[in-house]
Amino acid sequence: MLVIQDLHVKAGEQQILNGVNLQVNPGEIHAIMGPNGSGKSTLAHTLAGNPAFQVTHGTVTYQGKNLLQMPPEIRAREGIFLAFQYPIELPGVRNWQFLRSSLDAIREYRGLAALGVREFDRLFEDKRHLVGMDSALTRRSVNEGYSGGEKKRNEVLQMAILEPVLALLDETDSGLDIDALRIVANGVNQLRDKSRSMILVTHYQRLLDYLVPDYVHILSAGRIVHSGDSNLAKSLESQGYDWIKETMSGDLEATV
Amino acid sequence: MVEHQLFNRSEYKYGFEIDVATETIPKGLSEDVVRLISEKKNEPEFLLQWRLRAYRHWVKLRQKQPSWANLTYSEINYQDIIYYAAPASSAKSPESLDDVDPEMVEAFNKLGIPLQEQKRLAGVAVDAVFDSVSVATTFKETLEKYGVIFCSFSEAVRRFPDLVEQYLGSVVPYTDNFFATLNSAVFSDGSFAYIPKDVRCPLELMTYFRINQADSGQFERTLIIADSGSYVSYLEGCTAPSRKQNQLHAAVVELVALDNAEIKYSTLQNWFPGDAEGNGGVFNFVTKRGKAQGLNSKISWTQVETGSAITWKYPSVILQGDNSVGEFYSVALVNNYQQADTGTKMTHLGKNTRSTIISKGISSGHGNNTYRGLVKVMPSAVGAKNYTQCDSLLLGDSCGAHTIPYIEVRNRTAKVEHEASTSKVSDDQLFYCMQRGLSSEDAHHMIIDGFCKGIFRELPFEFAVEASQLLKVSLEGAVA
Repeated sequence: MLVIQDLHVKAGEQQILNGVNLQVNPGEIHAIMGPNGSGKSTLAHTLAGNPAFQVTHGTVTYQGKNLLQMPPEIRAREGIFLAFQYPIELPGVRNWQFLRSSLDAIREYRGLAALGVREFDRLFEDKRHLVGMDSALTRRSVNEGYSGGEKKRNEVLQMAILEPVLALLDETDSGLDIDALRIVANGVNQLRDKSRSMILVTHYQRLLDYLVPDYVHILSAGRIVHSGDSNLAKSLESQGYDWIKETMSGDLEATV
Repeated sequence: MVEHQLFNRSEYKYGFEIDVATETIPKGLSEDVVRLISEKKNEPEFLLQWRLRAYRHWVKLRQKQPSWANLTYSEINYQDIIYYAAPASSAKSPESLDDVDPEMVEAFNKLGIPLQEQKRLAGVAVDAVFDSVSVATTFKETLEKYGVIFCSFSEAVRRFPDLVEQYLGSVVPYTDNFFATLNSAVFSDGSFAYIPKDVRCPLELMTYFRINQADSGQFERTLIIADSGSYVSYLEGCTAPSRKQNQLHAAVVELVALDNAEIKYSTLQNWFPGDAEGNGGVFNFVTKRGKAQGLNSKISWTQVETGSAITWKYPSVILQGDNSVGEFYSVALVNNYQQADTGTKMTHLGKNTRSTIISKGISSGHGNNTYRGLVKVMPSAVGAKNYTQCDSLLLGDSCGAHTIPYIEVRNRTAKVEHEASTSKVSDDQLFYCMQRGLSSEDAHHMIIDGFCKGIFRELPFEFAVEASQLLKVSLEGAVA
């Protein structure tokens, strides 16, 4: 479903990704781990089409199409969803209205009729319960005045409503206490199915206790230096990233 | 980065000229022209004398035209303007709506303001002003049942001269300022409303202004009196054809609220803004002021300003009655080469008077937007309170936003708060919206709509929907 080949990415003058290769098949969950500054978020944002990042080399094929040629809104309508590490505030824009407009735009692109107000409201309420979000929040402006945990929950709520084909979760676990983490992970787990793929960008093993990935990749200095199954995350947790650096030798090109 | 490219503004929807036989007087202004206008309207002597005093005062002011506003425009040649233009058919004023010239009915249909009985806007009584005269007023009979008077200014002069004489100039004297003085000398028509004691006006009252004739100015005058315990919501809309030359609009609006009365005044200003290169457009120099004269009275201004090449406008409230309330809610949008210098004056005289000012300025293209406001608390205004919030939103990097608040407090018990912010539509916000599937245009619209939310809430529902659409259309092509 997603094939990344030799991806090089710059932000301004700074080279961040230096030849990433990755293949994700339908229904798979891949975790991308790695030290700060290794390029994890850059990878997620590049796939979503954030214009702050420039692809200097490489290709990305998504469902047989050239992803890099699509503007960000088309990627979204094609089913790519990015849960932001730092969700953006939209003052005065009601959460409910925002999501309804998003879903309308996505459905229109796919040739589906817009949902009526009642239908959408029912969907919204279902998904709100799924992520355990307070109903008062949904009437407030998007992310404005939300706590860190509320913002993350709101990202998962959006994901649940927009039902992506490929979900990119950028440190969705950071800033969550253990209860919130469990709720968020539970919400994401319920969205798992055999056709939906996910890429989890995370710093810590603890999210992976709840969301067990099929593959774990270690990103370092803009390249995937090690790949394995979910046990890799556990070794990493006990031994730290230095262990990776020490075991790095010669060719660490990793493809799955 | 997401680019804010500047494209041509989409076509101004109301830019067409309506072909009607029009009676005009020659260009230019003199004492004779003032007499001629008064004569055409069969005015009583007191009004002619008032006009002449205004004209003579204006001649003195002409030497020192106001230059304090943050606006740049070429000098206006006052001898090159037609001061009176009226559809020929209006020479005989219609007795009822059935007598209104079908050409006028058709003209207002094109503008989306149906005057015919069966198609009228539900719940809204309309006074339709075409160039210098009012051509029709709908729902008159319904209103008269409640004792509400809603008619053209000319009709009010004929039928209710005492009310006019008592209140005309009582809020905006003819000496007030250059443009108000000019208006006092040459005003041709406008709307008049009187709401009797303890009546809650059953309909929204609306005046729709249309400048049509080339080279003519529009100088209308509106006077609204809310007697004790009454309530009225008044709406105002306006359009003009797209022309290469600038057109002058200098209106005066006076509101009077007696004890426990409330007036809510809403404006959607959509005069022709000029083309994408800054040619043409209406020069909009308007004086609007309300006097919250009675105890517990309230005057509330809401404006959405998207049109005009130049906007110079400060809807104000004199808070004279104890416990009176003044409000000003504004969205002003400039695109291309539009300039706006707008705000309000809240003058606190009575005890425990309260005022609220919420101003939202949106600047795009090469537009320049200035908020200018005065909060004045006089020694008598014990316990006065004001809250002011001025927010500016910038799109692109060639536009300007300025906030110029003046605060004068002469009573130690007063509480005055002022907050201001300036922000840009950030690339992060746009990317976030687009990542959720919204186009750049829809993303901008959503963010701008959110920015204006607090103001739209103050508008009557249908007007609020229209205001949101108007902002969208005004910014079309400004973002990509």
